[in-house]
Amino acid sequence: MAEHEVLLDVRGLKMHFPVGGGLFAKKGYIYAVDDVNFQIKKGETLGLVGESGCGKSTTARAIAQLYKPTAGEVLLKGKDLTKLNPDELIGMRQNMQMVFQDPYASLNPRMTSGDIIAEPLRIYQKRGLLKMDAAERNERVEALMERVGLSRFFRNRYPHEFSGGQRQRIGIARALALKPELVLCDEAVSALDVSIQAQILNLFKDLQDEFGLTYLFIAHDLAVIQYISTRVAVMYLGEIVEISGSADLYKKPLHPYTEALLSAAPIPDPKIEAKRQRIILTGDVPSPDRQRPGCSFYDRCPKHMDVCLSNKPKLNTTDEGHHVACFLYHKPGEK
Amino acid sequence: MTDEVILQVKDLKTFFTVDEGVVKAVDGVSFDLRKGETLGIVGESGSGKSVTNLSIINMIPSPPGKIVGGEVLFQGKDLVRMPLSELQKIRGNKIAMIFQDPMTCLNPFLRVSTQMEETIILHQGLSKAEAKAKAIDMLKLAGIPAPEKRIEQYPHQFSGGMRQRVMIAMGLSCNPEILIADEPTSALDVTIQAQILELIQDLTKRLGTAVILITHSLGVVAGMCDTLCVMYAGRVVERGPTGDLFEDPKHPYTQGLIRSVPRLDRKSADRLYSIPGQPPNVIDLPDCCPFYPRCEKAKDVCKRKYPKITDFGNGRKVACWLYAEEDGRAAEEK
Repeated sequence: MAEHEVLLDVRGLKMHFPVGGGLFAKKGYIYAVDDVNFQIKKGETLGLVGESGCGKSTTARAIAQLYKPTAGEVLLKGKDLTKLNPDELIGMRQNMQMVFQDPYASLNPRMTSGDIIAEPLRIYQKRGLLKMDAAERNERVEALMERVGLSRFFRNRYPHEFSGGQRQRIGIARALALKPELVLCDEAVSALDVSIQAQILNLFKDLQDEFGLTYLFIAHDLAVIQYISTRVAVMYLGEIVEISGSADLYKKPLHPYTEALLSAAPIPDPKIEAKRQRIILTGDVPSPDRQRPGCSFYDRCPKHMDVCLSNKPKLNTTDEGHHVACFLYHKPGEK
Repeated sequence: MTDEVILQVKDLKTFFTVDEGVVKAVDGVSFDLRKGETLGIVGESGSGKSVTNLSIINMIPSPPGKIVGGEVLFQGKDLVRMPLSELQKIRGNKIAMIFQDPMTCLNPFLRVSTQMEETIILHQGLSKAEAKAKAIDMLKLAGIPAPEKRIEQYPHQFSGGMRQRVMIAMGLSCNPEILIADEPTSALDVTIQAQILELIQDLTKRLGTAVILITHSLGVVAGMCDTLCVMYAGRVVERGPTGDLFEDPKHPYTQGLIRSVPRLDRKSADRLYSIPGQPPNVIDLPDCCPFYPRCEKAKDVCKRKYPKITDFGNGRKVACWLYAEEDGRAAEEK
């Protein structure tokens, strides 16, 4: 990880979904992602954590151009993906693949595992972006299967013949088929049981070491994020509220939301649990159906101040590489 | 928590007959629940946690399922063999249940008030007005703001956390002896999960209700439960007080499970420990230790026979050949 080259640069990303606007309903927007900025360097893992509905998955999909972002730039290796035409985009997507949450829904039940893994190769061959004959392709599929821990003899089996963990391995092999540099993992281990989750997390780490992969790793489980990530971004209601090196963030969370999130996550040790003081937040995550003039966490924040209601805090650097969007850490007089 | 046992599950067996064979979803599960105790049942998907609890209140869909053996003693009476009319006086009244997904458990066509009053009127014989007052009280206890107004709303008007609060209020409205909570927080976010767990803990302590908490999260049981049952492939492989079990897990599966969870409070090692292999296919499982193909310490006998249960005292019981010998003598503890 000696290189510090920025692989992915997300600037001012916004994704607003229109809702309503029928005969009687008022037209509105869901502000799913609202002005998100971050960079991922080559070889690192950025963990993206937050509660359901905070915009984690939408961020990943907007980066992959599965949604057309409302505004903002997504620079992959210096090229802005939002401005590419469809042909150019397919060329660039070779560098960026996705692993999805639900290993049941993300594999075509009518295709064999071998065909599923070969599909990206076939598409790129057809478009003339990849030169490979059938024998080479087969060899590559089998090598991928063995690498992710599936026997090559399973290549003619259908997804329903595999367990959840094995299906996720197929999804990972498919994502790696084109030798991408960036893999977007959207809750890739959340649906798995504890003992299988550990296997898949280890696989992600091994693959990263072997192929020099860069991950954007989305999860709601803070312990999983800590294990896999070099840096962590915390999202709340479509915005990043804190971003920092993993060790730093877990040792010294600054944003009141990060603090609450960490204190709410249970630790599997009865002795520690008995001694812990929890910060229990009141209320639920509000609906992202309107833009707020102030801090989006204001209603639930145990430390809110007057300034938070009408002014939006910007991401501010406190220490080296630690950024937080909270007025508690702004210098006096600054807005 | 007292020593008075209010629920005794003895060698419970629930099998499902499917085209491919017989699924032994619950195969010889035994445990005791004492008054005011919180018992955790942990295990991975398909280990038989939920079926165990559906069997307790005799709600196994039949066919294909059937309770083929064992008994469930509640206040001295066997729930498995009890006639339905009598059982209905216990379900929802003495033994209440809350489920993982509150949206599918609440009727979307009925106001919350209707659904809550129904139970109270049926079991406590109150008038409609009294039942409503009681329901509002319960919602208030469950931390729902403006319960007088909210009670007239429909389930879709509540958020996920609020719906789970309604379920808890409904479950506790008849002062049950036992509350069975089946993955009550698995569908919820971390901050909401913390709220709901605190609510369950707080309310049941106040009302003296015993709780059976089913979950796959070791973190949740560590903070909530007095005792634990660890299930694997339809059997309880280890049980005992939560503290002892975490400090000194005996069964290789429990050991592996505890080691394979990434933890927030320590700097994680470079690699996580992981149990190799997959959970077994539970159709026509042979009568051996179901964990032996994944077990690092498997011996020859593990492939042939289901292990004898070794009693370590203080409620610790472990089903593993490491601690028992085939001829009946307990092996020396290492």
